[in-house]
Amino acid sequence: MVATETTEELAAKARRIRRHIITMVTEAQSGHPGGSLSSVEILTALFFRVMQHDPSNAADPDRDRFVLSKGHCTPVYYGALTEAGYFPVEEIVTFRQLNSRLQGHSKVGTVPGVEMSAGSLGQGLSYSIGQALAARLDGRDYRTFCLLGDGECQEGSNWEAFMSAGFYELDNLCAIIDRNGVQNDWFVDETMPLGALDAKLEAFGWHAVTVDGHDIDALLAAFDEAQRTKGCPTVIIARTVKGKGVSFMENDPAWHGKGPSPEQAEQALAEIGE
Amino acid sequence: MTTTSAPPAATREALGRTLVKLRNDGLDIVVVDADLGNSTTARKFRDEFPDRFFTVGIAEQNMIGVAAGLAAAGKIAFCSTFSVFMPGRCFDQIRVGVAQPQLNVKMVASHAGISVGEDGISAQAIEDLALMCSLPGVNVIGPADVVEAEQAIEVAARTPGPFYIRTGRSKLPQIYDESYRFELGKAHVLRPGGDATIIANGLLVHAAVEAADTLSQDGIDCRVLNMATLRPLDEGAIVAAARETGCIVTAEEHLIGTGLSAMVSQVVTANAPVPMNAVGLTGYAESGKSNELLEKYGLTASDIVREVKAVIERKGQS
Ligand SMILES: Cc1ncc(C[n+]2csc(CCOP(=O)(O)OP(=O)(O)O)c2C)c(N)n1
Repeated sequence: MVATETTEELAAKARRIRRHIITMVTEAQSGHPGGSLSSVEILTALFFRVMQHDPSNAADPDRDRFVLSKGHCTPVYYGALTEAGYFPVEEIVTFRQLNSRLQGHSKVGTVPGVEMSAGSLGQGLSYSIGQALAARLDGRDYRTFCLLGDGECQEGSNWEAFMSAGFYELDNLCAIIDRNGVQNDWFVDETMPLGALDAKLEAFGWHAVTVDGHDIDALLAAFDEAQRTKGCPTVIIARTVKGKGVSFMENDPAWHGKGPSPEQAEQALAEIGE
Repeated sequence: MTTTSAPPAATREALGRTLVKLRNDGLDIVVVDADLGNSTTARKFRDEFPDRFFTVGIAEQNMIGVAAGLAAAGKIAFCSTFSVFMPGRCFDQIRVGVAQPQLNVKMVASHAGISVGEDGISAQAIEDLALMCSLPGVNVIGPADVVEAEQAIEVAARTPGPFYIRTGRSKLPQIYDESYRFELGKAHVLRPGGDATIIANGLLVHAAVEAADTLSQDGIDCRVLNMATLRPLDEGAIVAAARETGCIVTAEEHLIGTGLSAMVSQVVTANAPVPMNAVGLTGYAESGKSNELLEKYGLTASDIVREVKAVIERKGQS
């Protein structure tokens, strides 16, 4: 099981995952750095403290599930999986290349630890509800965590899912919304604003917690609160910065889906640090 | 006519600028977008006519429904997203909301096929033409180059009823120049020829022309038809090709047996049965560079050459 790191160790993990993200999108000259960098602390908290999982037994029926609904953010996903020991770190340079296990969007049956095939937004939460219902039916204790983008929340299918998770009172389900305020073309607030997400989700029967999504301690407290909340699912609304940690990528829609030049990558790695 | 001297361009580039031109010509065009307007180039229309551009966010089903409502109120309603999401996400909205009432909704879907490349299978539309061609009364077009794409978009705007136009991400040499006139429902003969016919659309038209040139060096005289329109299908050109050349190879950046190959086979078997082979996909691909994928998954000129030689062998047998 991977679950003992101190706060300093978790911060170091986060830096390493950020470096992997930059390496992957630079080597591939494509991929999605912005929404990967904004989710680093969320995945760090989950994979190295919150979740019960064992990379040497990735198919364990009792493992906690992590479902990446925003399936374009494979760089942060693969970064966390390799740091946790699911596959050798040498492999990250094959990201998006022909014959690689590291597909552009996550696909089951490639690297161990990938729970769901994704890439079409707005499907992961329904899938997570299925996983959570199965746990209840089988009397298993595992928890299901589902990461969504804020732009992704514009898909109506998510609201169908929010409604049913509330109805089924799935307290073994926790959704995390990476609220970085940017989507593909532009800013969420100027495209189709989501407004008061917490109030909306509370009205759908969820317990809502809003945190600074780059503060690992705050995230850990929120996950703890989710675990303790009974009778309804919890959503963690993580306030984040798209492109976090790389000055020229931060909050710039242009860095949603492209790789940096070698010089830019060098600057990015220098800013992230060892 | 092989390629013009114009710089390579992707068919997706046709959308934004053609819509601006058509609006400047006075057409009552509105555009509904679902957060991929930079990629499909629809956002160019927003720069010129912000009050006629509506984004619904990442909500493709809503996009189709809103476009249907605008069309029912008399507008020429264009909408655009990636080809994977257009029929993939919105099939029922299109079927009941657009096709059955025959509304003036023009769906222009970019990033088709495996040539989209590194994004991988969730982003590679290889079933979209089958889905769209299954809907009665929807005009379906897969242009071969940016000139043809511009003209197809203009024809769609000026012709009543639903349209689906499939565009791509890769930059391609231009086959046509301004003298070309795209005709809805008419195959365009790129090469005359009597030994075999290659019927292609979209990206594969380029490979088809290259294959015909290679085959001519072996003394094989191939007809090449650009079947840009799948619905309504140019049955006359297909029957003539079968009768006059005695064998056919179809070539498409799409699943075999559900798109062009299936539709051509149906016409051939009903009217003038001859041997046919198909170049196309048989399953999902993977991430990789566009040209590497086309090679690995058998969508190159040499794949067409091989199939033409094989189908000619079967001529006269039954
Ligand atoms: C159904 C669907 N529509 C469109 C897309 C194309 N797309 C990929 S990422 C993206 C923007 C996502 O924004 P957000 O959810 O905020 O993600 P983040 O900013 O965290 O990367 C879009 C529109 C898609 N993958 N799926």
